[in-house]
Amino acid sequence: MKMGMKARGRTANTAIYIFLTLLAVIWLLPIAWLVISSLRLEKGAYTPYVLPKGYTLSNFTRLFTERDLFDIPRWYVNTLIVALASGTITTLLVLMVAYTYSRLRFKSRKALMNLSLVLGMFPGFMSMIAIYHILKAMGFDKSLASLIIVYSGGAALVYYVAKGFFDTIPKSLDEAAMIDGATRNLVFWKIILPSSRPIVVYTAMTSFIAPWLDFIFASVILKDNYQNYTIAVGLFRMIERENIYNYYTRFCAAAILVAVPIMLLFIKMQKYYVSGVTGGAVKG
Amino acid sequence: MEPALQAPSVSKRLLRRIRSFWGHFSAQGKEIWTAYKEGDAKTRASFVVMGFGNLARGQLLKGLFYLVFEIGFFLFQILFGARYLKDLATLGTNQQGRVWDEAAQIYRRVLGDNSMLILLFSVVTLATIVPFVVIWRANIKSALLAQKQVEKGVKLNTFWQDCKTLLDGRFHITLLSLPMLTLTLFTVLPIIFMVLIAFTNFDKTHQPPGNLFTWVGVHNIADVFWGSAVKSRTFFGIFGWTMVWAVLATFSNYILGMILALIINKKGIRLKKMWRTLFVVTIAIPQFVSLMLVSRMLTDTGIVNVILQKIGLISSPIPFLTETGLARASVVIVNLWVGIPFTMLMTTGILMNIPADLYESASIDGAGPVRSFFSITLPYMLFITTPYLITTFVGNINNFNVIYLISAGNPLSLDYFQGGKTDLLVTWLYKLTVNEQNYSLASTIGIFIFLIVASISLVVYNLTGSTRKEDQFQ
Repeated sequence: MKMGMKARGRTANTAIYIFLTLLAVIWLLPIAWLVISSLRLEKGAYTPYVLPKGYTLSNFTRLFTERDLFDIPRWYVNTLIVALASGTITTLLVLMVAYTYSRLRFKSRKALMNLSLVLGMFPGFMSMIAIYHILKAMGFDKSLASLIIVYSGGAALVYYVAKGFFDTIPKSLDEAAMIDGATRNLVFWKIILPSSRPIVVYTAMTSFIAPWLDFIFASVILKDNYQNYTIAVGLFRMIERENIYNYYTRFCAAAILVAVPIMLLFIKMQKYYVSGVTGGAVKG
Repeated sequence: MEPALQAPSVSKRLLRRIRSFWGHFSAQGKEIWTAYKEGDAKTRASFVVMGFGNLARGQLLKGLFYLVFEIGFFLFQILFGARYLKDLATLGTNQQGRVWDEAAQIYRRVLGDNSMLILLFSVVTLATIVPFVVIWRANIKSALLAQKQVEKGVKLNTFWQDCKTLLDGRFHITLLSLPMLTLTLFTVLPIIFMVLIAFTNFDKTHQPPGNLFTWVGVHNIADVFWGSAVKSRTFFGIFGWTMVWAVLATFSNYILGMILALIINKKGIRLKKMWRTLFVVTIAIPQFVSLMLVSRMLTDTGIVNVILQKIGLISSPIPFLTETGLARASVVIVNLWVGIPFTMLMTTGILMNIPADLYESASIDGAGPVRSFFSITLPYMLFITTPYLITTFVGNINNFNVIYLISAGNPLSLDYFQGGKTDLLVTWLYKLTVNEQNYSLASTIGIFIFLIVASISLVVYNLTGSTRKEDQFQ
C-alpha cells in the first residue's frame, strides 16, 4: 500500500519534471533565438531556415568599431549616467516623501496623499509634449539632464511602497530618540533609513533599471539629438524599416549587452523586488 | 460585503470628503479675516506689502524674504505672464505668414502667435498664483504672530531659529518642497495643459507655429461619444477590447502563474530555485527587446511559420498578427509568456503561507488537487491579494508595451479612425499623439482613461479600506 503511493508519487513527480522542462524550453526559446541571431553571419531580419549558415562574433565587435551611424558604446555610457543619476535622485526623493507621509503630521497631509494618488492615474505620455516644451523653456531640451529630471520628477507619486514599509517600523523608536532630544531630521537619517535596507534597494533598483527600458519619453525628449541617445532609443532606431535588414543581427548583439547586466542585477535583487512589490500591494 | 450595503457608504464617504475639502477653504478664509480684525496697522500693511509686519518688528531676513518673493512674483507676472495671458481667451490671432518686402523685393516670413506656447505658459503663469497665495497667507500669519509676541513681551525668533525648525517641527516643508516642485512642473502642469487641450482643435491641420488653434468647447468629447460616427465607432470598439483584454490578461496570468508556483512548490520537487530562476530570466530581459523579438518571430516570414512549414504542418503561413481574431489571441498568449513568471515570483511566498492543515483536511475529505485549488487556494489568494489584482488590472488597461511592441495595435481597420483591432485606448492615444499629432482627440481619450482608472480604484480602495488602516502597526 505504502509502496504503491510512493510509486504513484514518483510517476506524478516525473510527469511534473517533464512538464516543467517543456515549459522552461518554451520560455527560454525566444532568448535562445536572440543569442542565435546575434551570432548569425548572414544579414537580414528573417531567414527561410532555422539555424544560421555561419557563425560570427563580428556582430558584437562591430558595435564597438563601426560607430558613426549607431554609436552603441556612447549610448551605453549615456544610459549609465542617466540611470545612476536618476536612480540616486529618485531614491532620495521617494524616501523623503514616504517618510514625510508616514511619520510627520501636518494639515495638508491627507490632501496631498490623495492628490498624488489621483495624479498617478493619468496616462503618462498624454502630457509628453507639454513636458518637452517646459524643459525647452528651461533650456534643458534634448539633453541628458532633461532625461534625469523627467525620470526622477515623478518621484513624489510613487511613495506608496516605501511609505507602507516605513509604517511597519515601530513608532516607539522615533519617540524614544526624540525624548533624547533628536530632531525629526536626525530620526530620518539615523533611525528610519538604516532600518529600511530592503526598500532602499528596491527603490534604487527599479529607478536604476527604468532608463534602460524606456524608449518613449527618451525619444520624445531627445528627438534627433543622436549624441545624447540612450541605449533603448538607439536600439529602436536600429530596427526601423530602413535599417532592419542591415542591422538586425547587430541589434540582437547589442540587446544582449543590455539584457545581461539587467538580468544579473534583477536575479541578484529578486528578493527585494518581491518584498517591494508585494509589500505595497498585498494586505497580509 | 454585500454591494447593496456598501454602495451608499462609498458615496457618503465621497460626499464627506468633498465637504471637508470646502470646509478647509472656508476655515482658511476665516483665519485671514480674524488676522485682519486683530491686526494692527503694521500687520494690516503686510496684506499689501508682504513682510512689512516682520520688517517693522525687526525680523529683517524673514521680512526681506517675503518682500523679495512678492516683488519677484509681480515682476514674473508682468514681464513673462502678461504676454501670454492676454491671448488666453483666443489662443492667438496673428497667423504666421509672409509679407512682401518692397525694398528687398522678397517675401519675408512674419512670426505669428504660437497657440501652444500661449496656452502652456498661461497655465504656468496662473499656477504660480497658488504658491503666491500660500506664502501670502504665511506672511500674514507670521506678521500677526510677531505682533502678538511683541504685545506679550516675548522675544521674537531669530531667522536662524526659524531655519532650525525646518529640521524638526516644520521638517515636512524641507522634505516635500523639492519633490513637490518637480511634481508640479513635470506632472501637474502638463496634466492641466493636456486637459485643456481636449477643449481645443489642436490637431494635424492646426499645428503651431505655422497655424493657430483655438477653443472649441466640448466638441471633441461630443465627437467621441456621438458626434462623429467613425470616431465613436473606433472609441467604443477599442474601449470594449481594452476591457476584454484587461480581464483576460489579468486573470489568465493570475491563475496560471499561481498554478506554476504551486507546482514548483510541491513537496518532492527538486531544484526549486533553479526552476524559478529559469522563468524569472524572462522578466529580467527588457521588454522592448524580448517582445520585439517575439513579434518578429510571429510574422509571416518569422521563425515560427518557417518551422511549421518545414515540418509540414501548414502549407501557407499563419497570420498570427494580421488577422483580427488571431492577433487578439496572440497578444493574450504572448502576454502569458510575460506575465506567468511574474505572478509566480509574486505569489510563491504567499502560497507557502497558506496553512497546511487546510489542505490536509481537504484531502481527508477526498478533495483532489483541482478541487482544493478552487476551494482553498484561489479564495484565500483572492482575499489576500485583492490590492495586487487591482493594480495589475489597471496596469493591463494601460499595458502599452505588450500591445505596442507585439502587434503595434494592428491589424489596421478601415472602420477605425487611425486605430487597429488590437489597439488599447492607451496605444491609440499614443498613435494619435505621435503619428497623427491629433493632440485634442488624444487628450480627450486620456481624460477618459483617467476616469475609468480613477473610478475603479476609488470604489475598490473604499471597499477594501486598506488606506484607512495605515496606523495599525505603529
